[in-house]
Amino acid sequence: MNPSELTAPGARGSATGVPAQTAKLRSENLNFYYGSFQALHNIDLSVNEKKVTAFIGPSGCGKSTFLRTLNRMNETVRKTRLEGNILLDGESTLPMEVSQLRRRVGMVFQKSNPFPKSIFDNVAYGLRVNGMTRKARLREAVEKSLRRAALWDEVKDKLQNSAYDLSGGQQQRLCIARALAVDPEVLLLDEPCSALDPIATAKIEELLFHLKEYCTIVIVTHNMQQAARVADYTGFFLLGKLIEFGDTKVIFRNPSKKETEDYITGRFG
Amino acid sequence: MLFLTGVCTLIAVSVLFFILGYLFQKGGRSLSWHFFTNLPAPTGETGGGMANAILGSGQVLALATCIGVPIGFTAGVYLAEYSGAAFASIVRFMTDLLNGVPSIVVGVVTYTLVVLKTGTGPLAGGIALGIMMIPIAVRSTEEFLRAVPNSLREGAMALGASHWKTIVTVVIPAAIRGILSGMMLNLARVAGETAPLLLTAGLSMYWNHGWSQPVATLPVMIYTDAIGPQQDLHQQAWAAGFVLLCLVLLVNVLARTVISRGIHKPR
Repeated sequence: MNPSELTAPGARGSATGVPAQTAKLRSENLNFYYGSFQALHNIDLSVNEKKVTAFIGPSGCGKSTFLRTLNRMNETVRKTRLEGNILLDGESTLPMEVSQLRRRVGMVFQKSNPFPKSIFDNVAYGLRVNGMTRKARLREAVEKSLRRAALWDEVKDKLQNSAYDLSGGQQQRLCIARALAVDPEVLLLDEPCSALDPIATAKIEELLFHLKEYCTIVIVTHNMQQAARVADYTGFFLLGKLIEFGDTKVIFRNPSKKETEDYITGRFG
Repeated sequence: MLFLTGVCTLIAVSVLFFILGYLFQKGGRSLSWHFFTNLPAPTGETGGGMANAILGSGQVLALATCIGVPIGFTAGVYLAEYSGAAFASIVRFMTDLLNGVPSIVVGVVTYTLVVLKTGTGPLAGGIALGIMMIPIAVRSTEEFLRAVPNSLREGAMALGASHWKTIVTVVIPAAIRGILSGMMLNLARVAGETAPLLLTAGLSMYWNHGWSQPVATLPVMIYTDAIGPQQDLHQQAWAAGFVLLCLVLLVNVLARTVISRGIHKPR
């Protein structure tokens, strides 16, 4: 490891913005490559427990790539390489069994991706994969997750209907319920509202406020207002580097880096 | 130009109805309940049925399905879900070549490898047709699996499902209707194959007595009756052709309903 990497901008940002002792997730000197292209440069940051952390930045800046390193989803892409380390509760995630890690760190994708199954079977999927078979317990867990995702009242009478019968916003909340069903400690959301109308978006944002009681939330968004509304902490990515990271209010009102200020004030991106 | 394209379209569509009508006109008189329940009439007599050939075709096609579908399906899963792009394209090319092997060649090879040891019968016939089913089974499985959006695989894996579990519980169920209909069309395609059966299934005027005993099949009966000396045999051949065509059309229609009917359709 090159000692100069430790003084990358991200490292300073995280040191000032987030106290390390409550870190749920931590990335250390993270570099990520697609083939020979380096998508992430020395990312150093901590994600606080039971808070909402948002990553903003222009398209292709690496924010989604970074998010997908947190549950090792990037491993499903061929010819990728990761350097550095990611810690969950202080323990490196890299040697963990990947299915265990993903049970603890759930994910919701940009485009809602319900399975071609019933609403019930969608939410129960993660539980069944993890070995839960008792019907009563499954039903209980499905109801709890749908309630947490604020979808229960809309679907309680049609749990056996196809998930594809739901509207776009409902499908995305179904995907959130599906991720919540396995009781993840961290929930990663990759631009979860980009395909939704403002009303459906508002519902999901409201949901995030409640969800942080149960789990740590990391959200990637290209919508700055959304980050300002929902996030406790915000990180700004540009060209694969973490430019600035800290308290959302500080990032938006008084950014310390010129690039951050330019992006937030709409001068580019 | 509009006129020309319209006329050609009309011709393309009407050929099917022409063939159907012609078959029915020529062989319709032989079609009766007897045709489906009786053995062929002894030489010199008229009438008789094709019950043994209908059953024999069913027997041969059942064995062919048991051979071609599992091998083709499993290989298709491998190509779509596991293999690298380079290897997959090589295998795809090879299966296309196998698909292009003339059916008479498949018949000769099966004759040499199977018939010379066991004799003609449903076993050899089923093996020959099974081999012919493999390439399409591989390709249709692979293509329907590839059509499953990657977001579904990611969704399952993000919940802690292994790759294998993702394939079995999400990817295959999402594609199963397409795969099933592909298999049915595949079966319909080989149901009319005659050349390999001439060499492998043999010919019989009686019920089949075992997997290595000669068996009557519809295509072979059509062939032998059509080149037979009597008018009555020709009529039997027309009727058998009509039945075979109807069965193939039926399977095609079933395949379309299977693919179009699903409760989980994206809006």
